Formats: sequence, C-alpha cells, structure tokens
Amino acid sequence: MNRRHLLAIESSCDETASAVIRDDGKILSSIVASQDQLHAEFGGVVPEIASRAHVTRIVPVLSSALDAAGISRTDLAAVAVTSEPGLVGSLLVGLTAAKTLAMCLDIPLVTVNHIEAHVYACGLDEQGPIFPCVGFVVSGGHTSLYDCVSAVDFRLIGGTTDDAAGEAFDKVARILGLPYPGGPSVAAAAESGNPRAFDMPRPMLKNPGLDFSFSGLKTAVLYAARGVPGPEQLSETPVDRVPDLAASFQAAVVDVLVQKARRALKQTRHRRLCVGGGVAANRHLRDQLTAMAQQENIELRIAPLKYCTDNAAMAAIAWEYLRAGRTADLDADVLPGLVRRRSPHATSASPGSS
Amino acid sequence: MIEDVIFHSDSEAETDRFARWCAAGVPAGLTFALTGDLGSGKTHFVRGFCAGLGVRPADVTSPTFVLMQLYRGTMYTVCHFDTYRLGDPDEFLALGAEEYLEDPNCVCVIEWADRVESLLPSDHVRLSIRATGPTQRQITMTPGGPQSHLLVESVRRAANG
Repeated sequence: MNRRHLLAIESSCDETASAVIRDDGKILSSIVASQDQLHAEFGGVVPEIASRAHVTRIVPVLSSALDAAGISRTDLAAVAVTSEPGLVGSLLVGLTAAKTLAMCLDIPLVTVNHIEAHVYACGLDEQGPIFPCVGFVVSGGHTSLYDCVSAVDFRLIGGTTDDAAGEAFDKVARILGLPYPGGPSVAAAAESGNPRAFDMPRPMLKNPGLDFSFSGLKTAVLYAARGVPGPEQLSETPVDRVPDLAASFQAAVVDVLVQKARRALKQTRHRRLCVGGGVAANRHLRDQLTAMAQQENIELRIAPLKYCTDNAAMAAIAWEYLRAGRTADLDADVLPGLVRRRSPHATSASPGSS
Repeated sequence: MIEDVIFHSDSEAETDRFARWCAAGVPAGLTFALTGDLGSGKTHFVRGFCAGLGVRPADVTSPTFVLMQLYRGTMYTVCHFDTYRLGDPDEFLALGAEEYLEDPNCVCVIEWADRVESLLPSDHVRLSIRATGPTQRQITMTPGGPQSHLLVESVRRAANG
C-alpha cells in the first residue's frame, strides 16, 4: 500500500469540490462541481446554492477526484475538509462525507479553515514557500487580512465590518444594471470609464486600523448614479454614466484594499504579501498591488487564477497541519458564518441550537 | 383593522433607536420580513435590532454571501437570512429555512423577504424601508397576525412616547 495521498473536500458555499494532493504537495486532481465535465452526471442545471445540491453532488465529485488522480481510497493517508467558515448546511455535507471516509478507512481527519486555505493557494503548484507573510483574502464573502507566521499560525488582523469587497462589486453591478457576477462585469465596464469622474469615498482609510467597510461606498455609488433619494431620484442608472461610475467605484475599492494591505505589511513587518480569493482576479487590483509591492520592495504573491475561486486543492494546507499533529476528532463540528476578528466564536451557534 | 406604524428616521442613530424598540417587544419565534432597495439600510436595521437582543453589533455583517447567519442573543438565537442571491423560493427551503422559521426559540430576520413571500409564516412583521433623502428613511411596519400586532402596538407606543 502506498498511503501518500490526501483527499480534500470543500463544500463551504456554492461549489462542491474535491482534490487529491500528494505528500510532496503535488496536486494530482482538482474537481469543482460547476465544471463542465460533471454537468452531464447530474442531468443539467444544478441548483446553484443549497446544501441539498451538495448532497447529490458530493459522492460523484469525490469519485471523480480519486479517478482523475488515478488512485483508490486505500491509497489515502488522510481526509481534509473545510469546516469553517461558510454556510451551515453546506459545510455539514462535506464534513459528514469526510468523517465517514476517515472512519471507514481508519485514517486521520483534518479540518481546514477555508479562508486560510485561500492564502495557502498562493504557494500551490510548486511556487515556493509563502510563510511568513501577510495573507489577504478578498472574495464575495470576505475581506480579511492575516498575520501568517506559519501554516499553523494565522492571526486575523483585519476584516470587513459590513459588506465584503466582492459583495460590493455584485451590488454595484446591480445598481449599474450590469450582470452577475459583478466582479468581471464591473471591471469590464470600468475599462472605458474615467476613475476620477466621480469622487467616491475611501471608507475606513482615515481610520488607523485594518478593518474595511464597503456598505457606505455602495450607497455612494447609488446616489451618484441616480441622485439622492426623493422625487428626483432616477429608477435606473443612465447607461452613459455606467463606465465612469464603474471605474470610479473600482478605483475606490482597490485604493482601500491596497492601502490597507500596505498598512498590514508595515504593522507586521513581513516582507511578503499573499493574496487569494475571487476578487484577486481583478486586473486593476493586481496592477495596483504590483505597484505597491515595488514601492515597498516586498514580494507579492497572488494565487493562480484557477485557485482564486473556491476549490479543494488549496486544502493542501492540511499536509502542514498533519505534520504539526493537528488532526480533528470524529465529533468535529462546523463553524458557520463569516470570519470575524473581535469575537470569532460569537456566531458559532450550531444548527438547531438555541 | 390593524394599522401600520410609519416611522420617519433622519439618521442612522434614529434607525438604531427604532430597531431597539422592535427588539424590546419581540416575542420568541417571530419573523421579521425586510424589504427595501439596495442601500436602504436593511442590514443596518438588523444590526440595531440584534444589538437590542444582546448580540454584539460588530458580529452582524451582511449575510448576502453565506445566505444565513446565526447570532446568539441573551434570550434568543437570531437567524439572519438574506435571499438576495437565491434563484427561487425552493432554494430558501433547501437552506433549511423552515427549521428556523418554526423554531420557537429563534427570532428570524429576512432581508429581501419579498422573494420568499409564499414561505413566510402568516403572523410575521413586515418592515419596508424606503430612502427619502441621503440619510432619511421611511420605515413602514405592518403586522400579519396577533403576535406581530402586539409588537407593532408596543413600537407605536414607544414611538409616540
């Protein structure tokens, strides 16, 4: 027997994903259920969200990951699963599958923090060590800064107090009449716009800390687009304003993200910034981060595009947990909700508890 | 005939005050259905409401992405839904929403509730928030049955007092 493989499971939100990672870090397979090759197995469109969809998808996804890696269950050394943060029911599906495998195969269970895994994605595909670093996850659900000393020592040092950056893109897309998801559609509209056309607020930039707030910026875009609430307010955004609004909004978001990242680097004195999450695909953000990294003379690492969105390969961090002896018991629970700095356990109410 | 309560808020602080009145009289098991455009302040209301139930305001963030968040208050669990990303009401059920809507120890707050209208318990409080100026909001509170009627009346007294 050749137990050198880790099976990783990710089901924290929309995607059902699984990956096989060898003990040298090589990713042998990475399957995400929204990928085309799987659609046929489910007979068409799958409900985008909802834990019940995960239930029907999880077993085919796990089998596909093993098949694509060319290994069998008996080759597995451990099972890793995202246990936090995310949607309660969705997380439970993955965790239950992982526990079942761990028990039946008598191998260790490792629970992974999804956001920390997003940072770890910067080191996948043999891109070299990433620790120590400032970890920065910018996605639809999170805008989080971490002081990352090692794979097993992450400290949350900043987060959003209301909307996440990706969520702000989605909502602004809606205000501007652009399609979902908002990240790519707002970025595309911004291409032909003037980022100085509208004077958008830079929320929390004057605030000395590392926290973010994007709700007010969303409202500022709404008012700039349609006027302040009242009888004069337009019901739709005039099409000719859209490029300038998109560009001005994007510039404000990116400005805040980059300045806070710079501040986190100064505060932690780390010389490396590792950026993950779906918004890391935004080209303007990449350009501005690159410019900042040059100015500050720090190393910038952005996760490969295929690992920016949700996937299970980034749970490769579990190998580091295993080496550090950080395994989970079979009664491990999920920690739903979003990551928060002030009281990370305040929202850990389990489903059904009250 | 049950009358609506219409509250005019001039600032976020006034909306917070209104939200706390709502929290003060809320019976266990009641559902709040929130409607209002983007940027009208639905999540802001929920933060004030949760504060009134003993949840740390900093713990309340937009659940748009995760669809649902649970907060532990002093007496109740608060279940904060956001149906913004849902395609249809079936997906709301697939979240296990009924479990929370029917839980007598849980107070549910649903943003974009008009999208799941058919699934709301009949005795719920409807809160419609409308922006009437840059920081001005008109909040209309409508009871759907006896329990929510009692709450609406207690908020009316607080607002008039």
